[in-house]
Amino acid sequence: MKYDQARWTHDADGDRDSTDDQYEPLLSEKNTEEVAVDSALPEDLTRDSIELPDLSEPELARHYTRLSQMNYGVDSGPYPLGSCTMKYNPKFTEDVAALPSAAVHPDRSDRSVQGTLALMAGLQDYLARIGGMDAVSLQPPAGAAGEFTGILVAKAFHEANGEGETRDEIIVPDSAHGTNFASAALAGYEVVELPSGEDGRVDLEALEAAASDRTALFMLTNPNTLGLFERDIEEVADIVHDAGGLLYYDGANLNALLGQARPGDMGFDIMHYNVHKTFATPHGGGGPGAGPVGVVSDLAEFLPAPRVREVEASDGEKGYERFDPENSVGKVHGFEGNWLVLVKTYAYIARLGDEGLRDASAKAVLNANYLASQIGYDIPFGPFHHEFVASAGDQDAADVAKRMLDYGVHPPTTKWPEIVPEALMTEPTEIESKETLDQLADAFDAVADEDDETLEAAPNRTTARRIDQTSAARNLRLSWQALDAED
Amino acid sequence: MSGRNERGSPYAPHTDAETEAMLSAVGVGGVDDLFDIPESVAFDGEFGIESRGEREAERHVGSLLARNDDHTEFLGRGHYAHYVPSLVDHISQRSEFLTSYTQYQPEITQGFLQALFEYQSMLVELTGLEIVNASMYDHATALAEAALLAARVRAVDGDRVLVPEYLLDRRRDVLENYTDGAGLSVETYGTDDANVDPDALADAIDDEVAMVYAESPTTRGTVEEHLDAVGDLADDHGALFCLGSDPVALSVLQEPASVGADVVVGDAAALGLPTAYGMGLGLFACREDFVRQVPGRLVGASEDDAERRAYTLTLQTREQHIRRERATSNICTNQAWVALRTAIHAAYLGPGGLVDLANDCVGLAADLADRLDSITGVRAPVHDRHHFREFVAHTDQPARAVAEDLEAEGFAVHAVGEHEVQVCITDANEHAADEFVAAFEEVA
Repeated sequence: MKYDQARWTHDADGDRDSTDDQYEPLLSEKNTEEVAVDSALPEDLTRDSIELPDLSEPELARHYTRLSQMNYGVDSGPYPLGSCTMKYNPKFTEDVAALPSAAVHPDRSDRSVQGTLALMAGLQDYLARIGGMDAVSLQPPAGAAGEFTGILVAKAFHEANGEGETRDEIIVPDSAHGTNFASAALAGYEVVELPSGEDGRVDLEALEAAASDRTALFMLTNPNTLGLFERDIEEVADIVHDAGGLLYYDGANLNALLGQARPGDMGFDIMHYNVHKTFATPHGGGGPGAGPVGVVSDLAEFLPAPRVREVEASDGEKGYERFDPENSVGKVHGFEGNWLVLVKTYAYIARLGDEGLRDASAKAVLNANYLASQIGYDIPFGPFHHEFVASAGDQDAADVAKRMLDYGVHPPTTKWPEIVPEALMTEPTEIESKETLDQLADAFDAVADEDDETLEAAPNRTTARRIDQTSAARNLRLSWQALDAED
Repeated sequence: MSGRNERGSPYAPHTDAETEAMLSAVGVGGVDDLFDIPESVAFDGEFGIESRGEREAERHVGSLLARNDDHTEFLGRGHYAHYVPSLVDHISQRSEFLTSYTQYQPEITQGFLQALFEYQSMLVELTGLEIVNASMYDHATALAEAALLAARVRAVDGDRVLVPEYLLDRRRDVLENYTDGAGLSVETYGTDDANVDPDALADAIDDEVAMVYAESPTTRGTVEEHLDAVGDLADDHGALFCLGSDPVALSVLQEPASVGADVVVGDAAALGLPTAYGMGLGLFACREDFVRQVPGRLVGASEDDAERRAYTLTLQTREQHIRRERATSNICTNQAWVALRTAIHAAYLGPGGLVDLANDCVGLAADLADRLDSITGVRAPVHDRHHFREFVAHTDQPARAVAEDLEAEGFAVHAVGEHEVQVCITDANEHAADEFVAAFEEVA
């Protein structure tokens, strides 16, 4: 692949390597203005002055347009970032989220926002069907917030059974997303790390040994982060349930299963949905996402308040209202979560329907397996679902990633999970064509043949050359004020 | 449906011939052979969700949302609407921004990193604190993270968090949910006429207090007049002082650092987002010495191999993907795109525009309170304080009835007590002030 990312530093002779110029200068370097604060409020309650950039609209339009050109998104090219499910975000969902009717204040009365509530009720229903769950809350504003919410629900369940004090452990596989560990700790639980079995899956004997009357929850993603389906999932569920614990489904990898299997049918009691992954809502450079939580019927009474339900008005018309579940854990967001993301999620699911969702998973799995079959790096374990973890072997996976940038692709996730040495975790998703996958495989193979010197010198065709992470952390400069102080 | 993929995902580009070629390269007969799912848990049912063309899907969602009444909102109470300049929508929708992931490969995501660095910098100016993270979910979750930070950084042990009486229930609820696991207890201190009562706070505080929280403007729209006292009391007892505010208010109000605030939280989406049914942007700022205990992402300046300035995520060893259960927070996906919108909106206004907007929030609220006060049976504002954007009005009629009658006239307000309504006015709804006053006169 041929590739050059924008870099706004060419001099008149076209020299890209000139070190005289900086990249697009900061707003503060263009035109900073200090204005005195003059207010109707008493002087002792107000500040004296404020200093911020002062630019015209055309100047700002160019500034941010240039910044956008120095940024890489799914619309820029392949983005096979493992476990992140970077798929194409359809554009029409932006249009519906931008409708004036979508912009209402969260304290409006239920009867005046029947459209908003109808969409929420509809999305709760869609997600419940897709996950095989009985009840869904849309409130958590991200996947990790969904995990935390699910744990609060499990805690409330155990407390209601008089086991709130004694069930103080959460079991997490060593290959799990870091958020699982952090969410469990945030909720006050001890984390019991479960080592993977030799085939990269849950080791039933180890789970048997770890599960006890202290187990509140076992958090698992299926397929797991190695892209492997946990074939023994029914035995796993039995072990956890027999110990009196609950089984939690981390929805980060749900894109591999749509219409093929449902967490509820596998014995999971609680799950979250990463709608920005599975349902193609844009990641927005790191958020917002949304992390709705689904539960089986026994746990519905503990979900965050409020939820939305259908009601029948006295005139027989159908309507919707917010309600607080009976033993709700309360709130996990100040209002009702990331609403605009939920609108896009609903629109995406309404577009694809049964056939589209099933096909999305089928093609995602086909793409992962095809790409895995085409590249030279060692790929342990298998067969794969939506992603695979290749090993860069003697090469440094981080250097491999930097070099792949020169081939015009966003690289895989590197060095994780740690059970594969120099891991390159790759997830092409369903949106890449065979042609693009072949180009991706060529990039992998080209880099595999290159020497360490070449890799360490990369990247060369991106806005910035290799960035010094160590000095960024050692000499912290987190604002333009800090830069100024240094000058 | 149309397109190359007649019966499936419209966004999967495979032709039948390509699918066949790929299957044969993998060495299987069909896609089903790739799924390694035991039959006992395989799903062979239907979701019962119709597949639609884009036009049908768009019309379907549009017609659902069209069921919302087109009312003019005079609502606030922790969630504010300002006019969002068109530039914010157009630029933030550029797909290089919108469709990118977290900047784990900084060399190829300099644009977003610089925008976030600029967001951090503008909030450093507004708060006077040195550290601003690249966003939390919203005001409530940022407040909760502040309490957890306080528990981590405080030299002496102490598990009490003090919050004012006026704190919104929903914020308190989130705070309690987040801090329960750390064993913190959330307790209330007294207020006086919608401001902090320094004597009540002095009675409540002791050396077991990890954090004292106050807001300005407060939930009832008043400008807090005792921030210095709060800062001093917190300091005397070694507690952190956390202030809740927002970037518009901070453009004119006392600089938080100057009154002793150690942490500032709030909803920065007051700039950048429309009402969006409560979607927000958690602002989180703190003193420099807490930098290694800050939750969330930080963007820092560095250099690249060619010795040119470049930006990168930094101090990632605090974060969940590295530190796991010992991370400073479980936050991963945050509100980066909203922070981009906030930065564009703030830059669009510039320092003069921000101050003007903030002054309007003072002037418009005072004017509207005056006009409502002149209506028989209405007294406004209830609190003899300075107000920002909103105020509470007393009505002789039951507040709920007033709110419902106003709704019938196309206006939304909060009923906050038996005879109290709360009214919020900004540049987003001031055009409707005359009609609103006329309607109020009719129903009060």
